[in-house]
Amino acid sequence: MDRAASLALRRGLRGRPKVRSAAAARGRAPWPLAAVAVLTAAAVNLPLVYIFARAAEGGWSAYLAWVGSARTLELLLRTLALAAGVTALALAVAVPMAWLVSRTDLPGRRFWAVVGALPLVFPSYVAAFTLVAALGPRGYLQAWLAPLGVGSLPGLVYGYSGAVLVLGLFTYPYIYLLLVAALRDLDPALEESSRSLGVGRWRTFARVVLPQLRPALYGGSLLVVLYALSDFGGVSIVRYNTFTLAIYNAYRGLFDRSVAAALATALVLTALVFIALEAVLLRSARPGRRRAARPAAVVPLGRWKRPAVAALALLAGLNVALPAGVIAYWGVRALWVGNPLGGVWLAAGRSLSASAVAALAAVALAVPVALWAVRHPSRPARVVERLSHAGYALPGIVIALALVFFATRLARPLYQTLALLVAAYVVRFLPEALAATRASLLAVAPVFEEAARSLGRGPLAVLGTLTLPLIRPGLAAGAGLVFLTAMKELPATLILRPTGFETLATTIWSAASEGIYSQAALPGLLLLLASGVPVYLLIIRPALAPRGTPPATMTD
Amino acid sequence: MRRLFLCPSASASAVALLTAAGLLGGCGGAAPPERAAEGPLVVYSGRNEALIGPLLERFEEQEGIAVEARYGETAELAATLLEEGEHSPADVFLSQDAAALGALSAAGRLAPLPAELLDRVPAGFRSPRGDWVGLSGRARTVVYNTERLTPAELPASLEAVTDPRFRGRFGVAPTNGSFQAHMAVYRVLRGRPALDRLLAGMAANQPLRYPKNSAIVEAVIAGEIDWGLVNHYYLWRALAERPGAPAANYFMSEGAAAGFVNLAGAGLVRDRPAGRRLLAHLLAADGQRYFAEQTFEYPVVPEVPAAPGLPPLPPAAAAEVDFAAVSSALEETLVAIHDSGLVE
Repeated sequence: MDRAASLALRRGLRGRPKVRSAAAARGRAPWPLAAVAVLTAAAVNLPLVYIFARAAEGGWSAYLAWVGSARTLELLLRTLALAAGVTALALAVAVPMAWLVSRTDLPGRRFWAVVGALPLVFPSYVAAFTLVAALGPRGYLQAWLAPLGVGSLPGLVYGYSGAVLVLGLFTYPYIYLLLVAALRDLDPALEESSRSLGVGRWRTFARVVLPQLRPALYGGSLLVVLYALSDFGGVSIVRYNTFTLAIYNAYRGLFDRSVAAALATALVLTALVFIALEAVLLRSARPGRRRAARPAAVVPLGRWKRPAVAALALLAGLNVALPAGVIAYWGVRALWVGNPLGGVWLAAGRSLSASAVAALAAVALAVPVALWAVRHPSRPARVVERLSHAGYALPGIVIALALVFFATRLARPLYQTLALLVAAYVVRFLPEALAATRASLLAVAPVFEEAARSLGRGPLAVLGTLTLPLIRPGLAAGAGLVFLTAMKELPATLILRPTGFETLATTIWSAASEGIYSQAALPGLLLLLASGVPVYLLIIRPALAPRGTPPATMTD
Repeated sequence: MRRLFLCPSASASAVALLTAAGLLGGCGGAAPPERAAEGPLVVYSGRNEALIGPLLERFEEQEGIAVEARYGETAELAATLLEEGEHSPADVFLSQDAAALGALSAAGRLAPLPAELLDRVPAGFRSPRGDWVGLSGRARTVVYNTERLTPAELPASLEAVTDPRFRGRFGVAPTNGSFQAHMAVYRVLRGRPALDRLLAGMAANQPLRYPKNSAIVEAVIAGEIDWGLVNHYYLWRALAERPGAPAANYFMSEGAAAGFVNLAGAGLVRDRPAGRRLLAHLLAADGQRYFAEQTFEYPVVPEVPAAPGLPPLPPAAAAEVDFAAVSSALEETLVAIHDSGLVE
């Protein structure tokens, strides 16, 4: 019985109209929209132009020798294995967590909702450093266990397992935050029908809820994969060799830019495979029927309350309390030895303002790209949207050097100004805003917009009064993601910042690179605070806000 | 009632665009299009602000020349300088190691230095092309955990590092410039086949790889490894943070390149009188004493002594090494390090 019911429901889902037909009815995209989207994609893809040009400089045979070598193949396999492991771990954490804080009577769910997003605050080198310090063969855990005769722990924090652990436990919020935003807007009617037809809670979640969350799941997973591909700080500390590590080694060891660029082209091609894969998967995902008219019923956890809280606490112990604790410990040790804690208020202000401007700019540019691709899905629109993701897989140093190259030659007055630094953040992190914007656009059926247009509203009026208010949680989530990532960005900041422009991230780097960890304590804690508050305001609070009131703009 | 752009997201987007436009316009005017020779001296420093900042401030006060310092990682700054090419705003490059200076010199990005600057240091402490000069010496040493080993148990020579009894118990930083320069010296003194044997032996001995020296010192103090190959001064910084930590330096005394001293140095990206004066200032007795006392490095001018407590440089240290040959051997050495499997 319940199998038949669920099948019927799935058939019902499948029967809904596809985006394509809706778009076909509306005709071609207005040209200003396409123009802004194309220009944005072109700017974001400057680093790609740069690496292919640099790689070509070394000659075709040298390029083939590097890219076709057994070493590159090994790097490819290691990188793919890392991407797979990290995504699996991130999904395993993000999906249950998003459900717990969005749909259940979890005690303190607002608190856990914020804590769940916080790991994103830590730069990956800080995350890796603290995990190794705590769980390494002779870390803090071993020191506690030493009286029990434990001389050394297995080196799980190193190599593949270490890289998966560090990147998975600290990047799952990309999926989690998009899921929380998507769950809020999900119409509970389908779930209720499923339940009323006798389908169990788990099956309903797996067969009715999860399919509707696909845009958020795929979009978040793509961000996690691309982040894992581009990460340097984490993998270098846990010593797992990837393309990105090899690229850094080529710069640091050989001072050879064509070798580094050749490896970067291989990395980009790898990324494009994942980007295309996400597009193929998404094609089977359908837009939401309509915006949630009322909140979904709260699921009572019953006897699962305690285990759920315990699991969340254990996780937060590893990826929030531990790094925050280690940073605080540096501070205490500094005071104990009598070293002063450096003043960092100016750096905090600079980090905040540069990241905030980057976040707003990224969302503003992501909207046209996403609108064009989702509402007018022609082949060029899809290609432009897909291409806008490619740069996200490139390590920061490659993006930064590409912008050095172009700015010194084409935009000299902008070189080493705040404007170029913000542009670098937008180039690096646009895909985060794009993924959030696109996921929320896909969740809103175009019928409202079509109705408004047929009633005589102009396209801009529809955008301003209807579309944007409807996707506001997605826009806020996108801005929040870009803000967070920009706050901790280091390699491009070091190379492109205005001279003397110290941010929290550069202050931490400056202290840690010379082993003066006490000086890293205060900026580290400030980074945590300055990022946590906006995450709450931008993402968590709106996502958990009581629903039921339709947007004011729809009442007129 | 029609309401256009009244919702928060739309107005936020508009604000973003306006802000971006304002930034482009506002900041564009502030940056000089082509820097005049009179502007502040722009220094790209691969050396940390905490170490070099006070020295630059003293220079500004004493010479009345404004300095604008950009801090970063040495290799990243070198890559940036190469990418900027002739459009670089930099005047001076302060490098943590000779390798980055050698790469810029090979690319023709450094201006020749006058003889009166080059001649302040022994022949081994400057560029073979005469376009960069060493500022301070950084001896390669073994840092070891004093609770686990005695000096007698440590390798007395580089070749001894390949001894199987050390398998998996020591650390190296194969992508670090100091390690690479050390191996280049060995290449010059012993030849390529011997270098390949040494690197293969090291790789086979399963050292733990670290991204940099400070990480090795941390790992030794934590007892994660018994000892590691590092520069001598990281230990003093670690001990300043954690007095009494169980670590000490040990200087290898036998065989080729055992007492190698790497150089931090400087070159002029643009030949300006102010840049020459900065180099002269850093090579003067005052500047050299700062390196000796504040950063525990070895001064490069003969008349300034090393910090008390440091063993004197082996007298052969400077004489033994021909930096001209080391610079030209560097590229070959980097390939050898890559091929040996020491870099994973």
